[in-house]
Amino acid sequence: MSIPVLKFDAVIVGAGGAGLRSAIQLSEAGLKTAVLSKVFPTRSHTVAAQGGVAASLGNSEEDHWHWHMYDTVKGSDWLGDQDAIEFMVRKANECVVELEHYGMPFDRTDDGKIYQRPFGGHMSNFGEKPVRRSCAAADRTGHAMLHAMYQRNVKANTQFFVEWMALDLIRDSEGHVLGVTAMEMETGQVVIFHTRATIFATGGAGRIFYSSTNAFINTGDGLGMAARAGIPLEDMEFWQFHPTGVAGAGVLITEGVRGEGGILRNANKERFMERYAPNAKDLASRDVVSRAMTTEINEGRGCGVNKDYVLLDITHLDPNTIMKRLPGIREIGLQFAGVDCIKEPLPVVPTCHYQMGGIPTHYSGRVVTPQNGDYNTVVPGFYAAGECACASVHGANRLGTNSLLDLLVFGKSAGDSAVEDLKAGKAHRELPKNAAEQSLARIAALDSRKGGANVHETRLAMQRTMQNHAGVFRFGDLLKSGVEKILEVEKAARELEIKDKSMAWNTARTEALEMENLIEVAKATMLSAEARKESRGAHVRDDAPDTPEFPNGRNDAEWLKHTLFNPVDNSISYKPVNMQPLTVEPIALKTRSY
Amino acid sequence: MSKRTVQFSIYRYDPDKDDAPYMQDISVELEPTDRKLLDALTKLKAKDDTLSYRRSCREGVCGSDAMNINGKNGLACLTDIDELKQPIVLRPLPGLPVIRDLIVDMTQFFKQYHSIKPYLINNDPAPERERLQSPEDREELNGLYECILCACCSTSCPSFWWNPDKFVGPAGLLAAYRFIADTRDQATNERLDNLEDPYRLFRCHTIMNCVDVCPKGLNPTKAIGKIKDMMVRRAV
Repeated sequence: MSIPVLKFDAVIVGAGGAGLRSAIQLSEAGLKTAVLSKVFPTRSHTVAAQGGVAASLGNSEEDHWHWHMYDTVKGSDWLGDQDAIEFMVRKANECVVELEHYGMPFDRTDDGKIYQRPFGGHMSNFGEKPVRRSCAAADRTGHAMLHAMYQRNVKANTQFFVEWMALDLIRDSEGHVLGVTAMEMETGQVVIFHTRATIFATGGAGRIFYSSTNAFINTGDGLGMAARAGIPLEDMEFWQFHPTGVAGAGVLITEGVRGEGGILRNANKERFMERYAPNAKDLASRDVVSRAMTTEINEGRGCGVNKDYVLLDITHLDPNTIMKRLPGIREIGLQFAGVDCIKEPLPVVPTCHYQMGGIPTHYSGRVVTPQNGDYNTVVPGFYAAGECACASVHGANRLGTNSLLDLLVFGKSAGDSAVEDLKAGKAHRELPKNAAEQSLARIAALDSRKGGANVHETRLAMQRTMQNHAGVFRFGDLLKSGVEKILEVEKAARELEIKDKSMAWNTARTEALEMENLIEVAKATMLSAEARKESRGAHVRDDAPDTPEFPNGRNDAEWLKHTLFNPVDNSISYKPVNMQPLTVEPIALKTRSY
Repeated sequence: MSKRTVQFSIYRYDPDKDDAPYMQDISVELEPTDRKLLDALTKLKAKDDTLSYRRSCREGVCGSDAMNINGKNGLACLTDIDELKQPIVLRPLPGLPVIRDLIVDMTQFFKQYHSIKPYLINNDPAPERERLQSPEDREELNGLYECILCACCSTSCPSFWWNPDKFVGPAGLLAAYRFIADTRDQATNERLDNLEDPYRLFRCHTIMNCVDVCPKGLNPTKAIGKIKDMMVRRAV
């Protein structure tokens, strides 16, 4: 069977924030670039980001990138690489200002500058008190940003392949990445994109959990493709549970609500965060707030008939402020909780939100793997940015508003690196003869298999396993049994059966292919989590409790290191954290408190 | 809400095997936690994986799951299932070619959006910091920039049905006014020239279906009226 081959300088997989940002670099540099997306670009999940993007513009009060750097390192529980973090926070102002120039409709201060609000974990003067650092467009920052970047790409004549699903990464015998195979969803046609640069910007995989703020499309396709191509995945045990998902529905309620003055309360109406984070209170880091909420619920102080949620209260705010700064939240409350937040508090629970780990990258956006003792050997032709990548700037816990910053800074730097490498010359390398074999075999198996596992049920089994065995609080024995269970689910996920055999827009097939990606992520998560025998950031386990020797259960002597999950043999290795920033003194290890 | 069974009549068409579209009668049992139409569709798809529709964010911000629900365009994820008369009749968005089941070909819709140059035009050298804009000037963009391109409006508009290749349609015109209204944009005249044509703008006969169906509560008719005003003022 002959498969059409399309030749491009570069292919970008994913058209969310990171993909669109790198596309601008490549298109404006005049390189022949294809951007593939499962959905029309403005439907990517960046659109759902609400509260803002971090930059120390200092529009409302004094701020400094060094303070932002300190907060990010501390937020990461010291697992973030300090060179990458310094790189990111120092690029923040430039990247946010660029967006404004692209036309992004930021809210404004009275003197016409970009409006900034406080956000969890962002402080002035090295952790002293909350600072206004989150640049916002009401509570629709992601929407405003994604549309502005799509529009800039329209201006730059970027070539989009809309509603195409990338299937597999193509590598040659020397490990060079030569592009991807992809399927046009409308026709089922499989095509090879043969390139000199391949940028993954495929987002996260929050759908591995049962309760998630993430969109249906967040199925870790880039991680699945990387794993099948033998690329290890970094720090996959670290998942952020956002404190405020709407109870039951999972829909996100921005931390910006607390930035504007919202307060979390338990069944006794108590502002319980005062006990857990006396200084930052409701604006402590997300992992801290999510654990506090879960503790309140576990100890019987939850609200409602089943005492299974807490309340987010903004009834004390001026209704005009709510309508001006948080109009989308009011809509969400009405739609998904049946609550008007002007009059009544919102029911919320910690909900899976963000994947801190991912495809290991250097801060230039180049993908790196360990080879012959060098932990950071570049995989030629391969780049990654945004949630699918692990630079690592978020370490064990991401600060709110640093994700939109991540996708801007690293989307741009991955684009710049690709431009630089492409301009340095080098022709397309020869495609291996079997370049499309794996993808065609996967599709053929789905089209012919009888008596296999049901996709919907397999996905549910995975999501329940992840939720029950790797949630906000983790337990040594549950992680162990979780590993067994997820390996069982993996067997089913390798034997999926679909009834729909049509070539026309076959969503059953798409969902089955997505399930094959999800399971790679779920497995990497569970195995990495089971292996890390300490508590750090979002990964907190009962058998690594808070002790005088190991405050918060963190054990730097043994565990200050990145996990690398090798998908080829399910083995785990580690690599050092880069504690050396680019120009400033390292931010020294310290016990984390807010 | 309790457990209940809900009746549907759904437009089905698979070009690979069907000679013609047909309506499928089907029911599904819902859990108390299933509030929205999209929850029901997810349950239906678990029963029959051939049912095809677009969906992503499930919270009304991505614009994927627009469809015609009991005769009116809307987003499945924002539609309360218990407020719908049964059987719930689901059809693809009207006026665009159907690819399969509830999935339409949106090429024409996006072509019109792209035709208005949907990006900020400002030819001054970029300053080092943000361009200043007063809160009042910024407020002019409210009700314009929130469009999610779901196409509920344009595909409910008779003028768009008759001339989808010539009339920009409510979504595209709302976007056009979003840039005209932006104090940072310098291409107002060029944008008005681009719309000065018997079809592109003036096919809007203020039927206002667009306002009626917009799931974000936006008002394209008002934006179109403002463009028409500017056009007239420019002429005199």
